[in-house]
Amino acid sequence: MSDPASQPRTDPVLPTDPFVSSAAPGPASGSASDAPVIIECQDVHKWYGDHHVLRGIDMTVRQGEVLVIFGPSGSGKSTFIRTLNRLEEHQRGRIVVDGIELTTDVRNIAAIRREVGMVFQQFNLFPHLTVLQNITLGPIRVRGWTREKAEEEAHRLLTRVGIPEQALKYPLQLSGGQQQRVAIARALAMQPRVMLFDEPTSALDPEMISEVLDVMQGLARSGMTMLCVTHEMGFARHVADRMVFMDDGVIVEQGPPTQIFEAPEQERTKRFLAQILH
Amino acid sequence: MTDVLSTRPMDPPGAPRLPPPREERGIVGWLRHNLFRTWRDSIVSVVLLVIIGLVVVQLLEWALLSARWGVITQNLRLFLIGLYPADEAWRVWLSLTVVSVVAGAQAGTRGGYSRTIAVWLIAGQLTVAILALLSPMGPLVAAAIAANAGLTLVVQLATAKRPLPGRVLTIGWLVSLVATLVLLHGGAGIPVVRPDAWGGLLLTFMLASVSIVLSFPLGVALALGRRSRLPAIRLLATAFIEIVRGVPLVSILYLSSILLPLFLPGDLRIDQVVRAMGGMTLFTAAYLAENVRGGLQAVPRGQVEAAQAIGLSGVQIDRFIVLPQALRMTIPANVGLFISLLKDTTLVVIVSLLEILGIGRAVLAQAEWLGASFEVYAFIAIVFFVLSYSMAHASYRLEAALGVGRR
Repeated sequence: MSDPASQPRTDPVLPTDPFVSSAAPGPASGSASDAPVIIECQDVHKWYGDHHVLRGIDMTVRQGEVLVIFGPSGSGKSTFIRTLNRLEEHQRGRIVVDGIELTTDVRNIAAIRREVGMVFQQFNLFPHLTVLQNITLGPIRVRGWTREKAEEEAHRLLTRVGIPEQALKYPLQLSGGQQQRVAIARALAMQPRVMLFDEPTSALDPEMISEVLDVMQGLARSGMTMLCVTHEMGFARHVADRMVFMDDGVIVEQGPPTQIFEAPEQERTKRFLAQILH
Repeated sequence: MTDVLSTRPMDPPGAPRLPPPREERGIVGWLRHNLFRTWRDSIVSVVLLVIIGLVVVQLLEWALLSARWGVITQNLRLFLIGLYPADEAWRVWLSLTVVSVVAGAQAGTRGGYSRTIAVWLIAGQLTVAILALLSPMGPLVAAAIAANAGLTLVVQLATAKRPLPGRVLTIGWLVSLVATLVLLHGGAGIPVVRPDAWGGLLLTFMLASVSIVLSFPLGVALALGRRSRLPAIRLLATAFIEIVRGVPLVSILYLSSILLPLFLPGDLRIDQVVRAMGGMTLFTAAYLAENVRGGLQAVPRGQVEAAQAIGLSGVQIDRFIVLPQALRMTIPANVGLFISLLKDTTLVVIVSLLEILGIGRAVLAQAEWLGASFEVYAFIAIVFFVLSYSMAHASYRLEAALGVGRR
């Protein structure tokens, strides 16, 4: 149908970004294969009732890596990243995050959630709290910071995501793009070592997508380990170190963006990319 | 047509923003728009206005010329405090002083719905003071009650300038609760007045406020218990809620007044009033639990997930994320519940307690006031309406204040 390799020029999302010209994978982190492992999954299975949604996922993520996980809806990609901070329970296999194995032990779950931040498709900001309170709640109640320290950090993060003037507003007074940037700031306030993004731009109006992607790109450049479920292929091409294609509960294929876009090995990957890239 | 629609969003420089047409504005504009729009509207409006006018004239004629309002003023002490000993009545006014001060401080510090409550409190106390002036209770009592109203206002104005910390207000309310109970009941040097001697508006207030204050935490706990992961807790909470909701309040009052003493050791005597308060608390808590459960279910799943993702514990999620949202969604339903509770306090007459309606019937039994029943019931109706409406009014203000930034 179309050649994915011809896409970079027509990419609507990050046309003038300096990253377009940089050599493809691994911007700041350098995707060092010798960086320490931060997430280790072995043979992860998950069922909803009789429905087998994750059918043996093996994955190793190294510190500083940026992964884009993509695939058709129902392929289990969201479910998979939600098992990494126990929003979904896996029923077989092993998940180790930052040296801590996810078990039914609440202390382990709490410890992992402190290290793993998450951004949701529907933002899920707390509507009854101000932007500032949304961001400081975790650091104050979970990390035990003083209010002053947490607020100082929150203001710094709001500046970093580009909305320092909205601290005292309520979430629903902001645009979708601003809300999602607050959600990113809220996750970062816990100083996580890994960030999970579950379709962060899917609920946004088109003109607001790039402001969120810009923040994510800056975060990737700073060396954050990121697992992003997204269909923003421009973002994947320029920012991802590795792309993971999932279908029907298994990882079909993975590799650096150049390989996935230009020479996918699997027929299913080819077909799916052809569909979403037109 | 399409041309107009398609250019509107562009707002071209040549199209000025105009004020609405003149006939839509002002009192005359409103009347024309709402009452006399068509000739049929006009007929309906005129007929209804005439009927309303006739009723109002009749009512005013009765209220101002032929009603025997003496039945209220002559028996004012009974209506206010029932059979509370006359020599000890100062304790009621003094506890009212404590409440007035705290309510004023809350209104000044918080504003919003608290100020609405304070305004109603001041207006209510001034009305009672005027009635007291006309009654055998005399100018001294009237002055004391009016002073309470003034105190509310003064404290409100003072704290509006220099707001108190929230902790001080919480402590203030706790102190006023304890002080009220100690003052009314006695002990610690002052003579004991058993709660069964409380009556009239005092009893109405105490039944309603104690039941509201106690049923709220109990109801929230039951709602959370009904959603617990532990089957035993879930079963207990569900059983309690369904059983209590399945029984009329009258039966619960009978049970608590007649059956309860049979199960208690003979020398342990619990006042009838306390038993009634307990019954009403349990009854209200069961309904409140169901309101709150509805609110809990309306909090989106994503809220809990987001809270889990930042590492909050289950208790923290309930306390900081789920309950605040669930409770503000249930304000209208819960205020409705509290208004019915207030009116249901009249049912304690079946366990021979004399709240304001019971006092009314007792007053009417006096030969002197035979035939003044319309005056008495009108007075009681007005009292209940004012109490209910002030609660509703304050809750509208509360909803509006909490709605900041929502929807």
